[in-house]
Amino acid sequence: MSHPENATVFLKDKARAKWHDDTLWIVRQKRDVTIHQIPEWEKLRELASQIKDHTLSKLDFYLEELEKNATANGIKVHWAENAEEHNQIIGKILDEKKCKAIVKSKSILTEECHLNPFLEEKGIEVVDTDLGERIIQFLKQPPSHIVMPAIHLKKSDISEIFHEKLHTEKGNVDPVYLTHAARLHLREKFLQAKVAITGVNFAVAETGEFVVCTNEGNADMGVHLADTHIACMGIEKLIPRRKDLGVFLRLLARSATGQSITNYNSHFRSPSPGKELHLILVNNGRTKQLAREKFRNSLKCIRCGACMNTCPIYRRSGGFSYGSTVPGPIGSILSPGIDMKKYSTLPFASTLCGSCSDVCPVKINIHEQLYEWRQEITKAQGSSLKGLSMKLANGIFKSPLAYRISGKMMRASLKTLPDSIIYNPLNAWGKGRNLPDLPSESFKDWYKKNR
Amino acid sequence: MKKDAPHIGLFIPCYIDQFYPNVAIASLELLEKLGCKVTYPLGQTCCGQPMSNAGFESKTTDTTSKFIRDFAKFDYIVAPSGSCVLHVKEHSPKIDKLKKNQEHLQANIYELSEFITDVLKVDSIKGSFPHKIGFHASCHGLRGLRLASDSELNEPVFNKTLQLMKDLEGLEIVELTRKDECCGFGGTFAVSEEAISVQMGKDRIADHVDKGVEIIVGGDMSCIMHMQGIATRDKEKIQLMHFAEILNQVIS
Amino acid sequence: MSSKESILAAIKGLNMEEKPLPEIPDFAVASDLVEAYTHSLNANKGTVVSKVELEQMIADTGFAKIYSSSPSFASYSNCEVPQHPADFADLDLAIIEGQFASAENAAIWLDESNLDLRAIPFITAHLVIVIRKENILGNMHEAYQRIGATKSGFGVFIAGPSKTADIEQSLVVGAHGAMSLRVVIL
Repeated sequence: MSHPENATVFLKDKARAKWHDDTLWIVRQKRDVTIHQIPEWEKLRELASQIKDHTLSKLDFYLEELEKNATANGIKVHWAENAEEHNQIIGKILDEKKCKAIVKSKSILTEECHLNPFLEEKGIEVVDTDLGERIIQFLKQPPSHIVMPAIHLKKSDISEIFHEKLHTEKGNVDPVYLTHAARLHLREKFLQAKVAITGVNFAVAETGEFVVCTNEGNADMGVHLADTHIACMGIEKLIPRRKDLGVFLRLLARSATGQSITNYNSHFRSPSPGKELHLILVNNGRTKQLAREKFRNSLKCIRCGACMNTCPIYRRSGGFSYGSTVPGPIGSILSPGIDMKKYSTLPFASTLCGSCSDVCPVKINIHEQLYEWRQEITKAQGSSLKGLSMKLANGIFKSPLAYRISGKMMRASLKTLPDSIIYNPLNAWGKGRNLPDLPSESFKDWYKKNR
Repeated sequence: MKKDAPHIGLFIPCYIDQFYPNVAIASLELLEKLGCKVTYPLGQTCCGQPMSNAGFESKTTDTTSKFIRDFAKFDYIVAPSGSCVLHVKEHSPKIDKLKKNQEHLQANIYELSEFITDVLKVDSIKGSFPHKIGFHASCHGLRGLRLASDSELNEPVFNKTLQLMKDLEGLEIVELTRKDECCGFGGTFAVSEEAISVQMGKDRIADHVDKGVEIIVGGDMSCIMHMQGIATRDKEKIQLMHFAEILNQVIS
Repeated sequence: MSSKESILAAIKGLNMEEKPLPEIPDFAVASDLVEAYTHSLNANKGTVVSKVELEQMIADTGFAKIYSSSPSFASYSNCEVPQHPADFADLDLAIIEGQFASAENAAIWLDESNLDLRAIPFITAHLVIVIRKENILGNMHEAYQRIGATKSGFGVFIAGPSKTADIEQSLVVGAHGAMSLRVVIL
């Protein structure tokens, strides 16, 4: 798997690639419009960044505070060192309840932990209830975007799979019609489910409560109808104070989709009488990332997806081209921390244009971390081909004579070589681009004659 | 030239030296016309950016040391490239032996339009340039050096390069659909992610073409080289120029 | 070592220097809060209606099952709160009181003191929330100041009807929860 290969395949279908680019660009534009209505936008980003920096710097303290307060509220708190333990904890709760079917609202963490295959192996039916997630679940695909999981699909694709799974009218591509078919199908699932699983957007240490944001209301439909609610969160989702939510809820939806807020923002503090509420705190490599000083602040991420929408590479290569749970710029700085070898091409899937860092609502210096990962990866890879040529270049540039000779040779050889060699399809520059017209002399030569 | 004029070291990035001597000449002449004392240190080579961005920053200490030795003696160091300036300022490896010189260098290196507006305090250049242009905001100058406000941040609108051109007679600057999207050059990205790189370049050019732009004007020849390469291949009539060429041409 | 211990030990072992926690300042808010609220709600696909308009709507639609916990519309209620929320699956209309709202984004705060069952505002086909004009605040910071240290097992900011754009970014109202939100400002 390499990002350039996947991207090349994605771009082959020109019309679809353009549609993907345009669709996400529209989301980015909506974000731009909404943030310009908030004069204090940059101040809010700074506050959010500082609150998260502070929390990470005292994460052990706040985790214990969260556990203490949540437990006092009647929430059962669990700790999971890794994905497997996270899945086992859920499996055990379901076994105790003799539960054979669950409804789940969007959670990138459960995706990261591969919860669905784990539960399905145990014979438990998992129903993803976010519309986009249900669509890709039918298609047996992972999400291609963390906020808009089915953004890679066209309505004709969705119409087709709904016809097969939900027996909707063949060829009816009307989004209203398709959405309402899903509503009926999922309502049945909600009414039957005994256990509902959700992710967590924010957990508040001082109150022991956690917040889940959706537009569809699927998280609430699930948990309020079920007897047991299991919420799963990465340990970085913490914030210290309830009032900090004011900052984050102002930033999250505006950054994600350009809405002023998600339509449902539910604060769970204790279970309804007679019901159960579980909260699983998951590490799964987060403390390792916390230990990497240069990459620590990637854990500030609130999963808004704005860096994906703005990324010119993501828009033109699609979420699957990254081959990681979290794609796009943020995924490219998180994933190498999980498996540097597997994800070694991701930090290079960027021009370092910096747009991601400027849209990030918590001011993660994403493009600078991409640069830093490149340094780590090349160190780990040792003397690769690229490494050798770069060493050679450093040799040339440290010596003015070598630089001049190689420059002259380059200009001379480019002039004499036939186009067929310069523009050989194997030559990556020349495949879609010409080389510049070559001047008769370099500036250096001119300067010596004229000054 | 004023007697006490500060001494400027002209830093000409390697690919400009080799491929675009006219841009270097224009930069030199423009600074001279604005009353500066300018020297081009003949021994200069490269700042090390292509290597660093490819992940080999640690292997650029020799190149960086050489760069510091070449340029630290000047009051100011000016280059017609935001990208290379950003690299010298923020990404070149720390050279402990040359700490003081490196700090002086990093504090006093400027991109050309930034130097003219911020140090020379020139508000705008007078002259005539009756053309319809589109501005290509190169990312490193834009989001690295903050040569202009970008579309991502909620900040007051400014653009140091276009500010210098704002009073040119007959000049029309078009509003692009995506005013500051990356062109896809990105150094080694241009070859390692060839397919996306070219697609991004095509998309950028199309935005200008759709708006009826005659000349795409930018401040980084690397972006311009990439887009020019695509425009030529695709037989687009559009021209590409560095702003220094225009300013040097109009100024008397 | 338990996972809790190992996670906490891993963090403590980093000996991170504590970074400051900022105070959140006050920010300017809209001068006409009702107008700003209405504008925000429209953007979220909800609508502000008058008491008369709501009464007319109820008369016109002929909803079979209506639940109201709002004293202002008590007479419309024609059902009891069931034991199990699933028994409200056929609820046509719920009318409830909201505590306060934030004009910048139309979000209305409800907690368990407003909700006889947590499921009501989600499971109902159509939702009406009643708020008092004086309880329209400027922004979310003011909203959280108002919530303060209240203890409620569940609280929610509702800012519009259930909606989705998961099919080619086309906005569709009525995904899983309420298919409409009307807000009456008294």
